[in-house]
Amino acid sequence: MPFIANTDAQRKEMLEVIGVQHIDELFADIPAHLQCGEINIPKGLSEQEVRNRLDILSKRNNVDYFNFLGGGFYDHYIPAAVSAITGRSEFYTAYTPYQPEISQGTLQAIYEYQSAMCRLTGMEVANASLYDGGTAICEAIIMAANITDRKRIVIDDSVNPIYRKMVRSYTSNLGLELIEIPSKDGMPDRGLIEAALNDQTAALVVQTPNFFGCIDDVTDLGERIHSHGGLLVVSTYPLALGLLRPPGECGADIVVAEGQSLGLTLSFGGPYLGILTTRKKFARKIPGRIAGRTVDAKGREGFVLTLQAREQHIRREKATSNICTNQALCALTSLVYLSLMGKEGLAEVAQTCADKAAYARERLLQVPGVSLRFPPDRPFFNEFVLQLPMAADKVIRRLFLRSVAAGFPLGRYWPEMDNCLLIAVTEKRTKEEIDFLAHALGAVL
Amino acid sequence: MTPDDLLYTKQHEWIRVEGQTATEGITDFAQAALGDITFVELPALNKKLKQGDEAAQIESCKAAASVYAAVSGTVVAVNSALEEDPAAVNSDPYGEGWLFKIEADTPEETGSLLNAEQYNKHTEEA
Amino acid sequence: MKTIFEKSIPGRRSTRPVASDVPTKAKLAPNLLRKQPAALPELSELDVVRHFTGLSRLNFGVDTGFYPLGSCTMKYNPKLAEVVGRNPGFAMLHPLLPQLPGGEIMVQGALAVLYEMDRLLSEISGMAGFTMQPLAGAHGELTGVLIIAAYHKDRGNHKKTILIPDSAHGTNPASAAIAGFTVKTIPSSEDGLLDVEALEAALDDDVAGLMLTCPNTLGLTHPRIKEITDLVHAVDGLVYCDGANTNAMLGRCRPGDVGFDVVHINLHKTFATPHGGGGPGAGPVGVVEKLMPYLPVSVVRERQDGTYYLEYDHPKSIGYMSPFYGNFAVILKAYTYLLMVGSEGLPRISGNAVLNANYVLARLREHYEYPVKSKQPCKHECVLSAVRQAKSGVRALDIAKTLMDYGFHSPTIYFPLTVKECIMIEPTETESKEMLDAFCDAMIDIARIADENPESLHDTPRSTPVSRLDEVKAAKELDVASY
Repeated sequence: MPFIANTDAQRKEMLEVIGVQHIDELFADIPAHLQCGEINIPKGLSEQEVRNRLDILSKRNNVDYFNFLGGGFYDHYIPAAVSAITGRSEFYTAYTPYQPEISQGTLQAIYEYQSAMCRLTGMEVANASLYDGGTAICEAIIMAANITDRKRIVIDDSVNPIYRKMVRSYTSNLGLELIEIPSKDGMPDRGLIEAALNDQTAALVVQTPNFFGCIDDVTDLGERIHSHGGLLVVSTYPLALGLLRPPGECGADIVVAEGQSLGLTLSFGGPYLGILTTRKKFARKIPGRIAGRTVDAKGREGFVLTLQAREQHIRREKATSNICTNQALCALTSLVYLSLMGKEGLAEVAQTCADKAAYARERLLQVPGVSLRFPPDRPFFNEFVLQLPMAADKVIRRLFLRSVAAGFPLGRYWPEMDNCLLIAVTEKRTKEEIDFLAHALGAVL
Repeated sequence: MTPDDLLYTKQHEWIRVEGQTATEGITDFAQAALGDITFVELPALNKKLKQGDEAAQIESCKAAASVYAAVSGTVVAVNSALEEDPAAVNSDPYGEGWLFKIEADTPEETGSLLNAEQYNKHTEEA
Repeated sequence: MKTIFEKSIPGRRSTRPVASDVPTKAKLAPNLLRKQPAALPELSELDVVRHFTGLSRLNFGVDTGFYPLGSCTMKYNPKLAEVVGRNPGFAMLHPLLPQLPGGEIMVQGALAVLYEMDRLLSEISGMAGFTMQPLAGAHGELTGVLIIAAYHKDRGNHKKTILIPDSAHGTNPASAAIAGFTVKTIPSSEDGLLDVEALEAALDDDVAGLMLTCPNTLGLTHPRIKEITDLVHAVDGLVYCDGANTNAMLGRCRPGDVGFDVVHINLHKTFATPHGGGGPGAGPVGVVEKLMPYLPVSVVRERQDGTYYLEYDHPKSIGYMSPFYGNFAVILKAYTYLLMVGSEGLPRISGNAVLNANYVLARLREHYEYPVKSKQPCKHECVLSAVRQAKSGVRALDIAKTLMDYGFHSPTIYFPLTVKECIMIEPTETESKEMLDAFCDAMIDIARIADENPESLHDTPRSTPVSRLDEVKAAKELDVASY
């Protein structure tokens, strides 16, 4: 069922206009011995059969458990109006807004998204989106290296470990010097960072709330890197910014984030949303598309893609990035989410997450044998690390049998933290579920 | 259209030599090809450039171009008015639209540049 | 239309978030907290829904009308795929689950989709295996070029140059540059195809590879393609196929069979996933056997008992290009489409896409210049030129804008750079003859007006909410966010 409209009779008429007998003649320029026969894949199915098959496959996934798994990707509530809006096909079946006269919907939405991200992160300009939080860090690093004309990048190791692996892959041939600094008690180690910074450092990359859930006031780190003439790149958790001080007020030069928490489903890893905001003075160094406001010949306001001379279709190998297609629909999704939550609503959701996580931490610490990995006065948002009396792997496996996804085992990326469990609590988790987790944890230890 | 008292490069830069100092800009042909110029990035003062080095960047809505140093030397002045409004590069490319001045350290390099007649011929072929 | 921020009414509320049901209150130090809430809109749910419904009506999508945007393959996006994408069994699935002990069994359906897509794409393109990680076409290019770099590094080759034809999409050189290569441009010959003699002259031991779009951006396949790939292989170079135009080749010719070593496929073009107003897409990358060790991690494998698992132990891998398994929901939609299409559907797609493009070309070539010297038929798209109309002052831009007043989306006009005043038309296989005729009639009518009254085409479109916008003002007086 390949969704072809024309009938055999129409095809015949068309072939006559073209002046050939058969469609295959239109492929005669491909030498016969290079043409393939029938492809060895299954025959096509009807819509009903395909739907059944995918229903069955979906049932081979298990999403029916109490979810305390985060690690940068969270199970937040998504209001019904989000998909009602993003499901409008005028949005989702359009292409990149190359023709502004008939793309004002997408272009204005991008402008509003850029505005929302600036307001949320405390910065001055944003791009139209990048692929995800990890590629956003990669792009920020390349951007910082270009702005400063330097090669040394210092990264704190409480930045999401998967993103740190991505940075290594992405920039492997750019001649950058990547220095990872071990964190200390769940926070960046100020002493080691100070020692690693020098006048050849392009950027210091930190994350707050970091992978362990700890919140850091990075103002002093900004001052330190700035004194060396480098830039501060801050990766953050955008929903948390409903409550937390925006990185723009803490000296960040480039703010990046994974936008999944803003109304996007988990969907086994994507599509997600790479957010990047910065200072106006760096606007021409930003990767990817940017929408701007202007007027037409009659003075009517409208929106266009602007500063395109940075981009690959004009500057080719000298472009600020190779990105073309981005995550436009995901950016729209986050904008709709933020519009529905509104000024007060986002603050409330973030506060609720923090409250429930604070309760969960108190409650779980009452379980015999359970303690905190990091000092108790470490501020945290909605995620925290427990030290268990046995391997976290074992505990997670046992709790799955009780329909609980208990969290993430830190030993996977920090071998010395085998007994550490990272637990995330969103506004969707109820007191009852938290109590159940505490009870179940007590039972399996 | 092409002033006789200037020297030109094949990449459409011009220079005016006065003593040791060479004032550089882009030609009328280049500004017309780029269209309305929206942004100019000028070199840092005191920057040392070799002939052919990338010295400045010019952007329009649909194009971006590098400006190369026509002679080797040190940047001694830049037309910073263009950073506010680069329109003069379009309206007066050989006058108010100049980009930067170089204190030339290898004067004999000017021998490799084109005169107005040669440059006109070059653009006709392009 | 006012922005959503300009519509905001202080104190108005929309969706009420859930209230806390725990007795604890989080206490954070003041230096960690916002002094005031982020200045987000304050509106009712109806206000928000009306605002975005209003914006959607200013847009033009495939569901709105004919969208012949060349090189973008704007075919119909089947609705079943959207339904499947929203299925909670997929939509609620946490990507870290398979990394947990005991978690793998909870994601078997999703792993099956990834595994089967790998097999389907491998068969369709004649490659040994695919990675689903790349999140868009350009991301696939970067992945592919990094694989080429890893291959050469592993063999101890010190190769620094990637060859790219002048007709290539801008992402090709931009991707090669991020992968650390120097780009050397190869000219096209008179017939619009890669100049084989120029290629031969450029080939030396420094050449790591050639990136070639197939069919190329003029919609042409290269009759000497096998000779080209052989030439590059002879200097131990690899050949990269930019598969953005795969729609023309489905079930007809496989990149792997003609000597390509690496290929990316844009699922959002060829496999009918919606473009979303500029994304998300997906750009899976396939490689030949000798490049399999370099694919990104993780890799989905099948056990004897039919279960799937993720393998992370690949010492030669280029590493992680995305955090997990690519834009999974996009891959899922493409999988849904491919199950419906099946083996017999593939050549019908390419056949009808090529038929439609040649039909448009046949109807328009008297009225517009056809800049391609080659006698061969075009493939999925045809490139015309408005040089004839430009003599009376009507540019390709004017034609593109005027088409909107006839109810059509414009073709691509800023690309390929090798054709002056280009008009690149890609009708796709899902459009009917009636639609193509209406479009061709409009194009012919515009050509007539360009002759008779060229001035009247400079201020089009007239039927849209805004007309041509001042891009110079936008770039000079930068207004890219409101605070």
